[in-house]
Amino acid sequence: MALDSKVPKGPIKDKWTDYKNNINLVNPANKRNIDIIVVGTGLAGGSAAATLAELGYNVKAFAYQDSPRRAHSIAAQGGINAAKNYQGDGDSNYRLFYDTVKGGDYRSREANVYRLAEVSGNIIDQCVAQGVPFARDYGGLLDNRSFGGVLVSRTFYAKGQTGQQLLLGAYSAMNRQIARGKIQMYNRHEMLDVVKIDGKARGIIARDLITGELERHSAHAVVIATGGYGNVYFLSTNAMGSNATAAWKIHKKGAYFANPCFTQIHPTCIPRSGDYQSKLTLMSESLRNDGRIWVPAKIEDAKAIQQGKLKPTDLAEEDRDYYLERRYPAFGNLVPRDVASRAAKERCDAGYGVNATGEAVYLDFASAIQRYGTEQAKIHNIKNPSEAKIYELGQAVVEAKYGNLFQMYEKIVDENPYKTPMMIYPATHYTMGGIWVDYNLMTTVEGLYCIGEANFSDHGANRLGASALMQGLADGYFVLPYTIGDYLSHDIRTGKIPTDTKEFDEVEKEVKDRIDFFINNKGTKSVDHFHKRLGKVMWDKVGMSRNAKDLTAAMAEIKAIREEFWKDVKVPGSANEMNVELEKAGRVADFLELGELFAKDALVREESCGGHFREESAELDGPQKGEAKRNDKDFAFVSAWEYKGEPADAVLHKEQLEFKDIELKQRSYK
Amino acid sequence: MSGFFKSSVGRKVAMALSAFFLMFFLIIHLAVNITSLFSENLFNEMSHFMGTNPLIQFALQPVLIFGVVFHFVMGFVLELKNKKANGVAYVRNNGAANSTWMSRNMIYSGLAILAFIALHFIDFWIPELNTKYVVGDMSGMHDGNFRYYHELVEKFHNPARVVAYVVAFVLLGLHLAHGFTSAFQSMGITAGRKKTLQSIGKAYSIIIPLGFVIVAVFHFFNH
Amino acid sequence: MNLTLKIWRQKDSKAKGQMVDYKVTDISEHMSFLEMMDVLNEQLVNTGEEPVAFDHDCREGICGMCSLYINGEAHGPDRGITTCQLHMRMFKDGDTITIEPWRAAAFPVIKDLIVDRMAFERIQQAGGFISVNTSGNTQDANSLPISKIAADEAMDAATCIGCGACVATCKNSSAMLFVGAKVSQYALLPQGQVEAPERVKNMVAQMDLEGFGNCTNTGACEVECPKGITLENIARMNRELMKANI
Repeated sequence: MALDSKVPKGPIKDKWTDYKNNINLVNPANKRNIDIIVVGTGLAGGSAAATLAELGYNVKAFAYQDSPRRAHSIAAQGGINAAKNYQGDGDSNYRLFYDTVKGGDYRSREANVYRLAEVSGNIIDQCVAQGVPFARDYGGLLDNRSFGGVLVSRTFYAKGQTGQQLLLGAYSAMNRQIARGKIQMYNRHEMLDVVKIDGKARGIIARDLITGELERHSAHAVVIATGGYGNVYFLSTNAMGSNATAAWKIHKKGAYFANPCFTQIHPTCIPRSGDYQSKLTLMSESLRNDGRIWVPAKIEDAKAIQQGKLKPTDLAEEDRDYYLERRYPAFGNLVPRDVASRAAKERCDAGYGVNATGEAVYLDFASAIQRYGTEQAKIHNIKNPSEAKIYELGQAVVEAKYGNLFQMYEKIVDENPYKTPMMIYPATHYTMGGIWVDYNLMTTVEGLYCIGEANFSDHGANRLGASALMQGLADGYFVLPYTIGDYLSHDIRTGKIPTDTKEFDEVEKEVKDRIDFFINNKGTKSVDHFHKRLGKVMWDKVGMSRNAKDLTAAMAEIKAIREEFWKDVKVPGSANEMNVELEKAGRVADFLELGELFAKDALVREESCGGHFREESAELDGPQKGEAKRNDKDFAFVSAWEYKGEPADAVLHKEQLEFKDIELKQRSYK
Repeated sequence: MSGFFKSSVGRKVAMALSAFFLMFFLIIHLAVNITSLFSENLFNEMSHFMGTNPLIQFALQPVLIFGVVFHFVMGFVLELKNKKANGVAYVRNNGAANSTWMSRNMIYSGLAILAFIALHFIDFWIPELNTKYVVGDMSGMHDGNFRYYHELVEKFHNPARVVAYVVAFVLLGLHLAHGFTSAFQSMGITAGRKKTLQSIGKAYSIIIPLGFVIVAVFHFFNH
Repeated sequence: MNLTLKIWRQKDSKAKGQMVDYKVTDISEHMSFLEMMDVLNEQLVNTGEEPVAFDHDCREGICGMCSLYINGEAHGPDRGITTCQLHMRMFKDGDTITIEPWRAAAFPVIKDLIVDRMAFERIQQAGGFISVNTSGNTQDANSLPISKIAADEAMDAATCIGCGACVATCKNSSAMLFVGAKVSQYALLPQGQVEAPERVKNMVAQMDLEGFGNCTNTGACEVECPKGITLENIARMNRELMKANI
């Protein structure tokens, strides 16, 4: 099947407006007869469910947690971008569009990104109207901070809990519709497959996680908003339950999977402390506004620190290597995430890491505290303030900005980050890749939509900070509710979709057989055992830096783990009850397939771009020596994979990316 | 408005309003008692006024009785409701980690105060009613003098009674130590005044019971 | 370190549960409490037993899923954190740790340490929102200046993660800290004023309907709240309800 992105004709500035003016609408009376299933209720799914219900559709929403308010969008800390130009620093829709495409290393679809920038301002208006308590300045107007990879301040925030506040906002909109009966909320339910009738998505099979019962739900369209697949690495900043099952199941039923190898490794996470580690904790990128990243300049100092013989505060200024400021003077500590992560890995691989494992760098607030303290002393007219006074004043400012993050760090690491620099290391955070969708956010299966992190569309090969929240809400509040109407306008005469059909029978049987297999398989190893092994292969061979040899080996190793998994996995308990191990088994089974496709995609993409760094494709000399080398001639396309049984047999379809409004340039942050 | 007092918040407010009234009564009661420490005459006159003034006797006294009964009945009703809301009990519960003993045991300090009130009624209030309304002697005189002071002194001859009173007042103090600020909190009066209220509450819950204790102990040792 | 765990096991909502003893060995002090539970569960799976079911998800203290009553305290002995952020360095070698589910009639046990907190959701559905359509056709965000103090206070109330520790820890199983926080967020903002009277009435009515107890101002909830929600929010709710009724 040829890929058709369905991008409207016309100049980029007018595409979305013209599109909205010309699509088919569904009249309000008919909307009452149309059902929509939304799977996943984070920012994208929650906002979509609320908006669709407001418009009048009957929405059934599904979440594996006990409430939509617990979706992992809640963990986003730093903020949400919007081209409001409230700071008057030259921001505009075009600039947000430009920054996002450039930040994504020119591997995203121009039209989608422009639309995202266009609606970004509306998101802020909407959220404020909903009562989201964004940070404000003393004049009562909204405050902004700056984030990596851009030269303007366009990030709106609510302390270090922006994701939480936006999700609660979306959930409050949902609650209004749940109260009205327009959304039927299915908490503690997991979608286990999609049901297609005559090629169109018409329903899902879901498992009630409390009773274990399988349920059939039908609808005129199905929306997948289940987030990313970062947990394929076992350790990531994702929630423990974050999984790719819905996305992978629709992939197997015909939805193409795009750019799986585009994964974001976030530079500022709390380093791993031992083998028992179950997840990694992110420290917001906003910390890089004020924190300076460094490692010891001398290898002997680094060794001494690793052995606990030397403290970071003992090192003189000239013995510290602020390597981001050294390598990238223009952006310094605010280079995009992929660049910052690779730079940290480079220093640690060279032996300069600063904890016992050698996998950590410092994030230091001493100079920020000094700077703010001096400023505060001036503001409060304190003449000749003492060092201690300056420190105290500066600490208060830092605490007001990042207090909750510092507290979180101290609880986990047991060190006071106001007194000694934080230790950080990159960790898997976000997946830019995902289900392929066209301009309408529809997958290659008719009537099946994919929004938020679960799709691939807006972030190319690397996502800029504070753009995930923007995309999730843009898709859910402002894009999907239009585009889905155009499709559903043809369904006003369809009537209710019955669930007692052979299509539902077949899919339910598939799901049931798989569950029964797990329960009856008397293996010897736990699900986590396999998940950890998969994660290790992924991190070692398909991690921050990749090469053909390792990727080929990874594919074989993942396949072997998968085969062993199916022979030897052990799932205690039964199918007809709450069974956490059974839930995990299903998810890991899918990760074991996805991981192989991931490695295959990384192998095929023989260029370095964004979060995908191929060792074979680096600048060999010149001022950019060692930096990633993109290859626009051969790889300016989206890889969309079609499922053919085994992940290794997946067929590649290419969507060529055209850049009409942005000139393709090497991404330089120097 | 009737719906309001049926709601959980409304009940709290009702508890607080009755508490305010009772706390105000305690101040008046103590003020009268304290006069016995230095002036027999003043005490007698005030007692006579309180005991015979029709406004106090027929308007305020019933309100006071209603207030006491209401506060107790509501306290028990809420306690039962709260027990029902608990469900299964914890095997291990470390309440001391997050709250004061007083706040967790208001029902017990309250019960002790209830027992004390019974004793107090038998001691003073019932004989008083008997003299005034059954016998019909409204003069307040005995052997040519006011009888109030002597009755007071006589009661505190018995060391057992003095001990019972002191124990009861300590429990009243504990009840007030939580109850004072709690009543204000229930009324929603805390914003920006929390510290001040806590200090006043502490002072109140010490001064009032201490005053009563001093009166009892003073008369025990002085006569 | 080596530990003895006393854990509440209950097959489903209908079954009668009981405390069961387990031993775990070689626990690192740097582990989080839930990682220690992972070790136990791995051990149970390997011996063919059913692992202990407990709610958890983000493991960074924000989703509000985790919910254990540890040694008689909600989220364990540390302050200002959820169970997932509790670290084993708070315990000593040889300790016996009692682990129970949240207890409240309104929070029935689903399995082992997992409880049903849907009562919280229904309270929010009763009025925890501002009735504005998500059309995007609202006024510009900066056309309504809001004082920084009000915005910050609203934010403090809005940080509630709905974990239920307040109810679990309250001797009366009262949900007033949670509802107070939800009411406060909107009561403090101008956007919330239009529906304020109805909101507080409806939310309190739903709270009562769910069978939560009455607040007696012990302040335990405030101490145990992982997000530092203050009693002031309850006072504000009381004021709001009085205002709504006058």
